[in-house]
Amino acid sequence: MGEQTIIELRNISKQFGDEVVLDNISLNIKDKEFITFLGPSGCGKTTMLRIIAGFLEADDGQVIFEGKDIGSLPPHKRQVNTIFQRYQLFPHLNVYENIAFGLRNRRMKEKDISKKVEEMLALVNLKGFQRRDIASLSGGQQQRVAIARALAVDPRVLLLDEPLAALDLKLRKDMQVELKNIQKRLGITFVFVTHDQQEALSMSDTVVVMDNGKIQQIGSPLDIYNEPKNAFVADFIGESNILDGVMLDDFKAKFSGAVFQCLDKGFAVNEQVDIVIRPEDVDIVPVEKGEIIGTVTSNTFKGIHFEMIVDIQNFKWMIQTTDYYPVGAKIGIEIEPDAIHVMKKSEYSGMFGDYSSFSDEIEHLSDIEEEED
Amino acid sequence: MTKNSALKKVVSAPYLVWAALFIIVPLIFVVYYSLVDAGGAFTLDYIKSIGRYKDIMLNSIWLGFVATIICLVIAYPLAYIMARSTKNVQRTMMMLVMLPMWMNLLIRTYSLMILLQDTGILNSVFSFLHLPERHMINTRGAVILGMVYNYIPYMILPLYSIMAKIDYGLVEAAQDLGASRTAVLRKIILPLSLPGIASGFTMVFVPSVSTFYISKKLGGSTFSLIGDIIEMQFKSANNYNLGAALSLILMVLILLCMAIMNRFTGEDDDGGVLI
Amino acid sequence: MKQKMSGLSKLYIALIIVFLYAPIVVMIIFSFNSTVSTSVIGGFSTRWYRALLHDTGTMKALTNTLLLAVTSSLVATVMGTAAAVGINAMKRKWVKKTTMHVTNIPMMNPEIVTGISMMLLFVFAGALIHKDDVLGFGTMLIAHITFNLPYVILSVLPKLRQMDPHLPEAAMDLGCTPLRAFFKVTLPTISTGITTGLMMSFTLSLDDFVISYFTQGPSFETLPIRIFSMTKKRVTPDMYALSTLIFAAILLLLILLNVSQVRGERKLRNKLDKGGAS
Repeated sequence: MGEQTIIELRNISKQFGDEVVLDNISLNIKDKEFITFLGPSGCGKTTMLRIIAGFLEADDGQVIFEGKDIGSLPPHKRQVNTIFQRYQLFPHLNVYENIAFGLRNRRMKEKDISKKVEEMLALVNLKGFQRRDIASLSGGQQQRVAIARALAVDPRVLLLDEPLAALDLKLRKDMQVELKNIQKRLGITFVFVTHDQQEALSMSDTVVVMDNGKIQQIGSPLDIYNEPKNAFVADFIGESNILDGVMLDDFKAKFSGAVFQCLDKGFAVNEQVDIVIRPEDVDIVPVEKGEIIGTVTSNTFKGIHFEMIVDIQNFKWMIQTTDYYPVGAKIGIEIEPDAIHVMKKSEYSGMFGDYSSFSDEIEHLSDIEEEED
Repeated sequence: MTKNSALKKVVSAPYLVWAALFIIVPLIFVVYYSLVDAGGAFTLDYIKSIGRYKDIMLNSIWLGFVATIICLVIAYPLAYIMARSTKNVQRTMMMLVMLPMWMNLLIRTYSLMILLQDTGILNSVFSFLHLPERHMINTRGAVILGMVYNYIPYMILPLYSIMAKIDYGLVEAAQDLGASRTAVLRKIILPLSLPGIASGFTMVFVPSVSTFYISKKLGGSTFSLIGDIIEMQFKSANNYNLGAALSLILMVLILLCMAIMNRFTGEDDDGGVLI
Repeated sequence: MKQKMSGLSKLYIALIIVFLYAPIVVMIIFSFNSTVSTSVIGGFSTRWYRALLHDTGTMKALTNTLLLAVTSSLVATVMGTAAAVGINAMKRKWVKKTTMHVTNIPMMNPEIVTGISMMLLFVFAGALIHKDDVLGFGTMLIAHITFNLPYVILSVLPKLRQMDPHLPEAAMDLGCTPLRAFFKVTLPTISTGITTGLMMSFTLSLDDFVISYFTQGPSFETLPIRIFSMTKKRVTPDMYALSTLIFAAILLLLILLNVSQVRGERKLRNKLDKGGAS
C-alpha cells in the first residue's frame, strides 16, 4: 500500500433541501488502498461516493485528486469509475459492447478494444461471453460484467456502491474474495460503500464508519472493532455490551457495581464514561469466584458457540460461550483488563440500551434496508 | 448534475410554447367567441340560446351513453377471453381488433349504411331467408349501431390491456380462499379492471357524443346530434359565435360526465390506459 | 394460466369478428363489382381499380395525406420526445402536473371542439394579417402536430420513468459527455416508446378527418376530406377500391410487424436457453 494520498476530501458538506446529508467531512484516501465507507441507511456514504464520482456537487468543501481540485469537473472527465448498485449495464448492448463502451469514448482502435475486452473478461472469469445479451446473464455474471466495464478504462480509483447487495449470500462471499483479489492484483484504489459490517471488516484496509452525515471513526478493521471511538461504532460493528461506568482513576473502571482493572487512562477522576465489552470477551467462572454475578435468561445455540442473554443487575448482557448453561442458572463473571474498552461519553451514549429486546429477526430486517439518497 | 437537469428542462421549452399557443389559446378563443356577437360586443345571447338545443343535447348524451354501455357489455367478456388465451391467440386477436380502426371512419360508416339500406344487403339476406324486411336506416338504432361499430375497438383495447396485466395468481389465491367463479369475477377481476373500464368509457363516450358524420349518414336528415349543429354553424350557417357557444357547452357537459364517471371508478391517473 | 378456449368463447369471438368485418367485406366485394351499383352485384371486374389510377384528384389527395402524415408525425416525435425528457426532469410537482393536464387536453377533448378551436384561432390570425385564405397545408400541419404530440409524449414518458436514472450516469462515468450519454444510452433505451409514438402519430394523422375538416382549405385536400365530399353524394366503387387497397396495405404491414416480433421473441428465447445451459 502506498502512503501517497490520491484523493483528499476537505470540509465537504451537502444538503438536500433542509436535510444535512454530509456535515463537514474531511478525509484522505491513500493510493492503492481498499477503503470502505460503512454506515446505516441514510448516513451519507453513497452521497459521498457520488460527490467523488462527480454526479453530485458538494455545497461546500473541495474534492482534491492528486493535488488538483476536481470539485466542479463533470464525471466524464474524472479518473474515477463507478460500479453501481444495480450495475447499470446498458440493456441494448451486448457484453462486448458494454465493456467496450468506455474505450470507444476514448476513440481507441478496434483491435486494441477487442484485446482489452478479452483481457477484462478473463480477469472476471467470463471468457467467451462477448456476444451474450445482458438480459441472458445471471445476477453474478452481470456483476462481473459491471466490474470488467469499469476496470477496462484503467481507472485510478474504482468506486463501488454496495455492489454486492443484490447477490445472494453464497455468491456475495465469493465475490468479496474475488474483488479483494482483483484489487490487490491491479493495485488500484477501491472506495467501497456498504452497510454490511462483516463485508467491511473482511475486505478493507481502512474502514470509515459514518452516521448522520459525520465520520464517526476511521481506522483499520482491527482498530475499529477493538477500539471503537463511541457507542455508535461499538454498537454498529459487531455485538457489544455498552454500559455506563465511572473512571475512578487511571486503569481503574467501575461498572455493574464492581471495580475492574483496565488498560485505559487519561480520563478525569470520576469521569462518567461508556464501557464496551464484547460478548466473546467475557469469562464465565463459578459464582463464588465471579467479580459480578448474573442469571441466564435465554440461551441460543449458534453452532460454534452459545449465545446467552444474562441479567446482571437488571442490565441484559450478551455473552458468548462454548459451555452450556441452562436458563435460570446463576453464573459468575470475570473480565480481563484488555477486554474492557473505555470510551468518552458522546451524543450516542445511552442510545443503545441492553439486549432485553434483542432478537435475530430485527437485526436481519435492518440489514435488508437499502440506501436510497 | 444541476446544470444537466436545467438543460433537460430547456428541451421541453418548444413544446411548452407550442402547447400554450395551440392548445390553450384556441380554447380561450372558443370562450371568447361564445361571449361576443358577430360585431365583437359582449353578449350572453348565444349561451342563453342553448335552451333551444336542450333536447338535441340530451339526445346526443343519451345515445352516446347507450352506445358506450353496449360497447362495454360486448367488449368486457371478449377482453376477458383474450387476456386468458395463449400468446398467439392474443396477438392475432389484437390485430383483428385494431385492423378496422385503421380503415377510415367515413368508409366504415358508409359501408354500414350500404348494409342497412332498405334495398341493402341485410334486407336481401332477410328476404332470401323469407324473413320480413325491415326499415333500419335513418333510425336511432342505426346511429347507435354506427357508434358501437366504429368505437368498440377503443373499449376492447384498454380493457384487454388491463386484464392481461392482472396477475393470475390473485385469481388462484381467491379460489384458494373459497371464492366461486362469479365471486372471483366480482371481487377480483372487476375491481382490478376498473381503470380499463374508465378509460374505455372515455374513449367511446367522447367521440360518440360529439360525432356528426355517423348521425348524418345513418340517422338521415331528420336526425341531428349536437355535433351536426356545431358543424353546421361553422361550415354552412357561418355563425361562429353560436357554434363556439355550443362547443363550450359540449365540452363542459363531457367534462361533467367524466367527473361523474371518475367518482364511480375512483381513478384519476394521468392519461389513462393507452394501448 | 393460459388455457384452451371453450366452445362458447370461440362462438363469441367469431360473432364479434363477423360484426367488425362484415362492412369491410361488403366494401371489398363491391370494389370488384362490374357495375356502378353499391347494392347489387353485377359481376367481377377490376375497372374501379383502373379508374382509381386515372383519378388524378384522388392520387393528389393520397400524396397530400402521406406528406401531411410524414411531416406532422416526424415533427411531433422530435418535439414530443424532447418534451418528455424535459417533463421527466421537472422537479416541482405542480408544474409537472399542470403540463400533463394541458398535454391531455387534445386527447380528452372531443375532436370537433379541438377542430373548431383551432379554426377560430387560424381565422382570427388570418384576419389580423388580412389574409382570408389562411387555411391550408400550414394550418393542417399545425393541427396535426398538435393532436399527435400528446400521443408521443405519453408513449415516451413511461419509458423514461422506467429507465433507471443512474443508467446515463454510468455512461458519463465511462467518459461520455451528458449529450453523448443521451444519444448513446438514453435514446436507445426509450426507443421503443419513440417508435410507438411515431407510428401512432403517423396512423392518427393518416386517418384524421374531423380536425382536418375544420382546419383545411380548398388548396390542400387530404384523402379523408375527399372521401367526405364524395360520400356527400353517391359514392362510386372506386372509393371502395381505394379503401380496399389501404386495407390490404395495412394488413400486410401488421402481418410483417407481427412476424418480425415473433421472430425476435423466439431468438431471445433461444439465447436465454443457451445462456442457461452454459
